[in-house]
Amino acid sequence: MTDHMNRRDLLKLAGMGVAVFVSGTTLRAGGSQQKQSESFYFVQLSDTHWGFNGPAINPDSQGTLRKAVAAVNGLDEQPDFVVFTGDLTQTTDDRKIRRDRMAEFRDIVSELKVKTVRFMAGEHDASLDRGEAYQEFFGDLHYTFDHNGVHFIVLDNVSDPMAAVGEKQLQWLQSDLKQMQSDARIVVLTHRPLFDLAPDWDWATRDGEAVIDVLMQHPNVTVLYGHIHQEHHHMTGHIAHHSAKSLMWALPAPGSQPKKAQIPWTPTEPYKGLGFRNIEAVVRKAQYEIEEFPISKG
Amino acid sequence: MKKIFTHSLLIASAGLLLQQTVVRSAAREVQTDEQVIRISASTFEFKPSEITVKKGVPVVLELVSMDRHHGFKLSEFHVRADIKPGAVEKVRFVPDKTGTFAFICDFFCGDGHEDMSGTLKVVE
Repeated sequence: MTDHMNRRDLLKLAGMGVAVFVSGTTLRAGGSQQKQSESFYFVQLSDTHWGFNGPAINPDSQGTLRKAVAAVNGLDEQPDFVVFTGDLTQTTDDRKIRRDRMAEFRDIVSELKVKTVRFMAGEHDASLDRGEAYQEFFGDLHYTFDHNGVHFIVLDNVSDPMAAVGEKQLQWLQSDLKQMQSDARIVVLTHRPLFDLAPDWDWATRDGEAVIDVLMQHPNVTVLYGHIHQEHHHMTGHIAHHSAKSLMWALPAPGSQPKKAQIPWTPTEPYKGLGFRNIEAVVRKAQYEIEEFPISKG
Repeated sequence: MKKIFTHSLLIASAGLLLQQTVVRSAAREVQTDEQVIRISASTFEFKPSEITVKKGVPVVLELVSMDRHHGFKLSEFHVRADIKPGAVEKVRFVPDKTGTFAFICDFFCGDGHEDMSGTLKVVE
C-alpha cells in the first residue's frame, strides 16, 4: 500500500455524524518523475456565497459554512492548507454590505485550525468593482505559491465582468511558466472553467482557450475550479480539470435542462449536493486523488 | 366598490391588449426585408425575453440598456454585444437554421445576472 493510501485511510471526520464517501477520482497529470517529494493533502472549499438568503434553496445559509469549517477542523489529520476557489460572498450593489460580508466571511474562516488559507475571487466577489473590495480583504487577484514540489498558480477570470483573464495576466502567466522546468508539477486554481463547459450558462472563460494553449506546453498540469456548484471532470488534451461542489446551493448538470436554475433544498436530504473535498497530491507521480465530503447534518 | 373593481378590470384588460400589440410589433419587417427587433435590458431581464423570427430573413437587433452595463450573447449565431446606457447597439445576423436558441447577458451585472436570459425562436 502506498504512502498516500495509508494517509488517506487515516482521514476521518470527527463526530457530527458526517459520512465520508470517496469518489475515487484519480487522474494522472502525466510526465516524468523529477522530484521525489512526499505526498501531501489540502482541502478545497468553494462557492460559499456568504450573504445569500433564500430559504427554499438553503434554509441553513447562515450555518452551512460554519459546519464546513467545523468538519475540516474535525479531520484527524489536518491538511497542509485550505483553498477557497471563489464566490466567497454573494454579490451586492451596496459597497458597505459587500465589505461587511467579506469581513464576516473572513471571521468565520479564521476559525479554521489550519492557518495557511489561500483565497481567490469569484464573480460575485469581484466583478462589480473589478476586485477592489476583494483586494482590501484578501490580497492579490492572481498570484503563485509553491508547496512541497508543486507550483500553484491562482488565475483571475472574474474581476473582468466579461469573464476574461486578459492579455496582461496571460503575459504574466507565460512569464511565470518560463521559469518552470519542463516537467514541473503545476496546479492551476481558478474560479470559472477555462474550457467551454456550457457557455450559454456562463460556464466558460472568454479567453480560456488562450490560457489552455499556454498551459499545454507543460506536461504536468491540473486545474481545480469552482463556479458550477458540482463535481465535474474534464480533459483538454493531457490537462485535467476538476470542479468542486458549493457550500450554499447545487446546480444541475451542464446542459441537462433548458435553463440553469438553483436546485431547491430537499428536506428529506438536507445539504444534498453540497460539500468540500480533500486533494491528495502524490508529487512524484504528478497524481491527484480527490475525496469528496458532504456537509454535516448538524 | 363594484364600480371601482370594474374600472380596474378595464384598465388591466387595456394594458394587456397594449402589451400584446407591442410584442407583436416587436419584430417588424421593414422595406429592406429586415426583421428589426428592439430589446431592452435592465436588472435582471430582457424585454421581450422571447422573440420569434423567420429563417433566412436578416435580423437587426436594437439593444438598449435601461440602467447599467449589460451584455448580449447569442452564441448559436455568433452574436455578442455590449449594451451600455444611453446608446443603441445594433447587431445584424441572418438566422440560417430553425429552432429555439438561448441568449444571455454575458457581462456580470449583479445579483440576478445568472437569470438574465431569453430565447430566440427561428421558424420557416
